[in-house]
Amino acid sequence: MKVEKVREPLFSTKNKKLLTAPLNKDNPITVQVLGICSALAVTVKLEPAFVMAISVIVVTAFSNLVISSLRNTIPPRIRIIVQLVVIATLVILVDQFLKAYVYDVSKQLSVFVGLIITNCIVMGRLEAFAMANKPWPSFLDGVGNGLGYGLILIIVAFFRELFGSGTLFGMQVIPDSFYAAGYVNNGFMILPPMALIIVGIIIWVQRSKNADLVDKS
Amino acid sequence: MFSNSYIFKYSAVMVILVAALLSAAAILLQPAQDKNIKVEKIQDMLMSAKIESTTANAEALYDKHIIKEVVINEAGEEVGVYSKGKFITGDRRAFTTDLKAELKIKQDAAVGKTTQKPVFPLYICVKGMDTLYIIPLQGNGLWGPVWGNMTLKSDFSTIEGISFGHKGETPGLGAEISTPIFEDQFPGKKIFDDNGEFTSINIVKGGVANSNIDPIHGVDAISGGTITSMGVDAMIKNNLSNYITYIKNHRK
Repeated sequence: MKVEKVREPLFSTKNKKLLTAPLNKDNPITVQVLGICSALAVTVKLEPAFVMAISVIVVTAFSNLVISSLRNTIPPRIRIIVQLVVIATLVILVDQFLKAYVYDVSKQLSVFVGLIITNCIVMGRLEAFAMANKPWPSFLDGVGNGLGYGLILIIVAFFRELFGSGTLFGMQVIPDSFYAAGYVNNGFMILPPMALIIVGIIIWVQRSKNADLVDKS
Repeated sequence: MFSNSYIFKYSAVMVILVAALLSAAAILLQPAQDKNIKVEKIQDMLMSAKIESTTANAEALYDKHIIKEVVINEAGEEVGVYSKGKFITGDRRAFTTDLKAELKIKQDAAVGKTTQKPVFPLYICVKGMDTLYIIPLQGNGLWGPVWGNMTLKSDFSTIEGISFGHKGETPGLGAEISTPIFEDQFPGKKIFDDNGEFTSINIVKGGVANSNIDPIHGVDAISGGTITSMGVDAMIKNNLSNYITYIKNHRK
């Protein structure tokens, strides 16, 4: 909290909103409906979901930062190519780091880290925000959207791992006595369609709490 | 606003910068990545020999338990023996032998596409009073490669343990091959019959109990994972067949 006071202008109300809006009213998954594909794939267990969330935060934040600092030099005709190169470079760096330092998780995430390149959230934020804003707000916008994405990922993974495998972060939480009494893990939970259903439920809950998100027409 | 030459220069500089950055990262992180792959290979092997290991102590346990790395040829002769950090025979080390490449050579040699001779790795492991033989396996599942290690007891026939891995089999179906549910069926089974003839381990669709296969040479396949099960069955037969001559010469 102390840090925030000293650097007041850095975290002005407007900038804070960049961080918090994507967590709820401007959430990339449930409101902007971006990045659904990877949300289905990596949410069987909490651990890969967690690492994926951090990877996406890093990539969105730094690609926003880089593109925003370069925004006045990028020729509009090749801007999508430049954005892609920046994203791809960052993703490959993340992938290499995961392979070197958290090998087990990188094996589980396998192709999905590479697929961050095509994650619509990253490109969407570059086009919609970083190309028109200063580096610092862009960085915050990237962190915020990464957090919003990660939040949904972790909520979905929590329910899928708990009911699908009876564990959380790989540790058993449903006691053996439940299994002895005839409780069975729900195999449907570990299949991709269940992620869609959980995301659907989250959207439903979110919209019933925020009336202004509901489409009037 | 931006001229064509600016665009060309801009892209050229960008590409060169990015290439330099990525090459630097790849070179700097290479040692750590290689070590992870090596430790994983060791852990898979130790797991099949039922030796508990962690990423931290795997290499130390390997040096302690694996007393000899042998490379054999198709005639069952030892063409490379490596023990305690030095070569006793030849210059081929089992640990650095790429089994996938050797199986390809075997396939090509059979149809006359190459004159190279394949060699196969074998690890000799000491656990307590027992001598165990670890045979690496390599094959194909439904979506991609499957692999594993089979550890035989000193009679060269009874299975001590087995471990499987896969690149991307279907979770809940084919991917079950690398879970204890499937792997725990193997220990105690035999790959040779009482007359000393090779039977392999049959992975039986519909269950061993409902087939005419002797339960000592068969395990149950995975429901819904038929192609993966068939792939594992073929992998075991195909890989073990390379060791039959060697085993027949060496068993007591």
